[in-house]
Amino acid sequence: MEKPFAITLDVGSSLANKTGSWRVERPVYIDRLPPCNDACPAGENVQGWLYYAEAGEYEQAWRQLVQDNPFPAVMGRVCYHPCETVCNRAQLDEAVGINAVERFLGDQAIEHGWSFEAAPPSSGGRVLVVGAGPAGLSTAYHLRRLGHAVVIYEAGATPGGMMRFGIPKYRLPRDVLDAEVERICALGVELHLNRKVTDLPVTMRDDGFDAVFLAVGAQLAKRAYLPAGDSAHILDAVSLLHSMEGASPPRLGRRVVVYGGGDTAMDAARTARRLGATDAVVVYRRTRERMPAHDVEVEEATDEGVFMKWLSTITEVDEGQILLEQMVLDDKGFPQPTGRFEKLDADCVVLALGEESDLSLLTGMDDVEIADGVVQVGPDLMTGHPGLFAGGDVVPAERTATNAIGNGKRAARTIDGWLRGETPREPARHELASFEHLNTWYYADAPKTERPRLELVRRTSTFDEVVGGLDETNALFEARRCLSCGNCFECDNCFGVCPDNAVVKLGPGKRYEFDYDYCKGCGICMVECPCGAIVMEPERA
Amino acid sequence: MSKAETDGAITTTQPVKFYQVGSFAVGNRLVDPSLRTVQADAARTNAITSGHRACQGCGEALGARYVLDAAMRATGGKLVAVNATGCLEVFTTPYPETSWQLPWLHSLFGNAASVATGVAAALEVQGRNDVRVIAQAGDGGTVDIGFGCLSGMFERNDDVLFVCYDNEAYMNTGVQRSGATPPAARTATTEAVGREPGNPFDQGKNLPRLAMAHGIRYVATATVADLHDLEAKVERAMDFRGARYLHLLVPCPLGWSSAPADTIRIARLAKESGLFPVFEAVDGEVTAASGIRRLVPVEEYLRLQGRFRHLFDSSGAVARTDIVARLQKLADANVERFGLLQPEVT
Repeated sequence: MEKPFAITLDVGSSLANKTGSWRVERPVYIDRLPPCNDACPAGENVQGWLYYAEAGEYEQAWRQLVQDNPFPAVMGRVCYHPCETVCNRAQLDEAVGINAVERFLGDQAIEHGWSFEAAPPSSGGRVLVVGAGPAGLSTAYHLRRLGHAVVIYEAGATPGGMMRFGIPKYRLPRDVLDAEVERICALGVELHLNRKVTDLPVTMRDDGFDAVFLAVGAQLAKRAYLPAGDSAHILDAVSLLHSMEGASPPRLGRRVVVYGGGDTAMDAARTARRLGATDAVVVYRRTRERMPAHDVEVEEATDEGVFMKWLSTITEVDEGQILLEQMVLDDKGFPQPTGRFEKLDADCVVLALGEESDLSLLTGMDDVEIADGVVQVGPDLMTGHPGLFAGGDVVPAERTATNAIGNGKRAARTIDGWLRGETPREPARHELASFEHLNTWYYADAPKTERPRLELVRRTSTFDEVVGGLDETNALFEARRCLSCGNCFECDNCFGVCPDNAVVKLGPGKRYEFDYDYCKGCGICMVECPCGAIVMEPERA
Repeated sequence: MSKAETDGAITTTQPVKFYQVGSFAVGNRLVDPSLRTVQADAARTNAITSGHRACQGCGEALGARYVLDAAMRATGGKLVAVNATGCLEVFTTPYPETSWQLPWLHSLFGNAASVATGVAAALEVQGRNDVRVIAQAGDGGTVDIGFGCLSGMFERNDDVLFVCYDNEAYMNTGVQRSGATPPAARTATTEAVGREPGNPFDQGKNLPRLAMAHGIRYVATATVADLHDLEAKVERAMDFRGARYLHLLVPCPLGWSSAPADTIRIARLAKESGLFPVFEAVDGEVTAASGIRRLVPVEEYLRLQGRFRHLFDSSGAVARTDIVARLQKLADANVERFGLLQPEVT
């Protein structure tokens, strides 16, 4: 070809120059574990379902959620939401209202009648679940979805366990609970009510079960010896809350003292306020910091006019009056008596000192170890007896419905593995997506949407639900506050900020990939990624 | 719960206008495509394609692609670029390769504005008013060597958008001081020695304000850290006919001795500290300024750059408080002059 004067080469493109050879570090896309997922005792993929909720795809979000937890409407009300405690957004403005969105999704499911995907026909084992509380129902749900036949024996006349008899109506309306339990049963779980198991080995043998999940909970109130006059009115919190399910509520009087420092004590005190008590005082022998009750429960109780008396023990109960001794904490944090006493007016004392399990059904099973009143299990939740698993409040763990549901999921996985003769592999956990991995510049400022709360006057006098739900607009707003910590949400930043056009956009839902032919390894994409989903790795020599 | 809400419990009235990354990221799956940046578009022009020889993390390569891709969209792809000598010219066109994906001319270091004037005049003669002209240069080719030609182009009000990619020194030839080098910065010709190390205070030129003094239709400043703002300004500039000027801050990892990964972060801090005011002016008057979102002291901007290392001790603490205070005063004056801390009027 004829070339102009002084030109000897054809026009070439810079694409011939593979600048990737300059690189000493290469960017790599990764997924990190969001703190919310990490903290969820029920093992929910919180960020995963928020991802759908952000787009307004609520049914999809709900379906993602129930992969792990069949009780979103219940949990959206009663969970103490450790996910929000660790939410990275809290360091920016306020934590994402994960619990509120969960409830919204749960309520949407009930309103629209969404049901679970049909479980596969029973082809595996036949599993007995003892107890229809959160742990038992959760296990049953997951086992059924794994293709096993599940039978639940429940001693009581209604399912739900402590979700019904331990959590007051003002926190969990019963129609919500019933709807979510009903949905699990519809999956083909056989539920036998009023069927108390008294001798487990016999039941296992006679009814032909391959495995058993023991989830009888902890229903017996712990007692403490209190010197009391004949006419002193003492009852325990478990029976108080249990009797609230009956037709006639108990009479407590105007001045009620609750003894204990757990969530149950808060529930008892708030129930007392609703039953007409003008003074509801929680007496606890240690301090606020050492109280086992969750912050949100203590705050709501205090808002409703429940008083707290720290560092005090009850030494005597008489008609209309109790005697308290003041305590101090020693070096190890244990309360020690001071010898100083005070009197407190009280028509009634409610003991909320914890609960114990009735494990008499295990009598004769010498291979099941019981210590401190709870059944000892391995990490797979199996007891010393082959095929007998246990979870929820009967094993050593934090006694919350959330934890019980998580136990149920874990037990279902290990029972499934045991029945198949396999060891279930624990899914690999990614590195935690902590706050310093984020570039928060890119997130718009947006404060949390508070769920409407019943005003105080109404909530202390009625059993109406205290915390309201979000409406659709608010739920969408709340979901969109999620930072998607550690996982790409396709903001196009890496694609836009690369000076070398070395990021390839793969299309919606498919994320991006690096073009290592041209990537010089400058690392701008890593620094400007809002959610910390890119790392730089050294190039091999 | 409607009863509770109407009874005066906390009601929530926030409209849903918020997306995970608001308007700060390049794109977002939840945002309408029309509200995403040009750079979010997989079909963007990529005016400078891969394989160019800019350093790792080059702010100018990024800035030029941002500007030209936005201008290509605004003009429907009918665009000619005229380039002054400088890094941008050198790293894109080592003979016989080119990275340019649009008609592109290079003549001399100082005459880009005049060449662009000629291109615009030729198009005018041919009746091709639909084809638009951009002239581009580094700060050397703009504020020093090319200033005479540029001033003439402004005065004649030729139909050209002149873009200055300001990396605050002559980087291509080895980091010599220019009229846009900031005070106290170390360059090859303003070494960090003596009682007042680095570039002297009270020298240099403020080109955006000089451009405004010419009374041209549109003058704007921007950084590579706010893509939405930059693209909006390019698009707006293409709405005007006549001379227009865009001054874009583009950090240079080589000349500024900064980490290549920090290019955008540093540009952001330049704006957030107030040292580099981002504003636009129409017919010689400032009409809008981008407010500071998270105000930072100037040392946060300075600390990331080796050219200011002599202001800090080895632990990273400020050693020359007197000089940092003088730089802070410059930033404060910008905040005052442009009202950078006032709530933005939209």
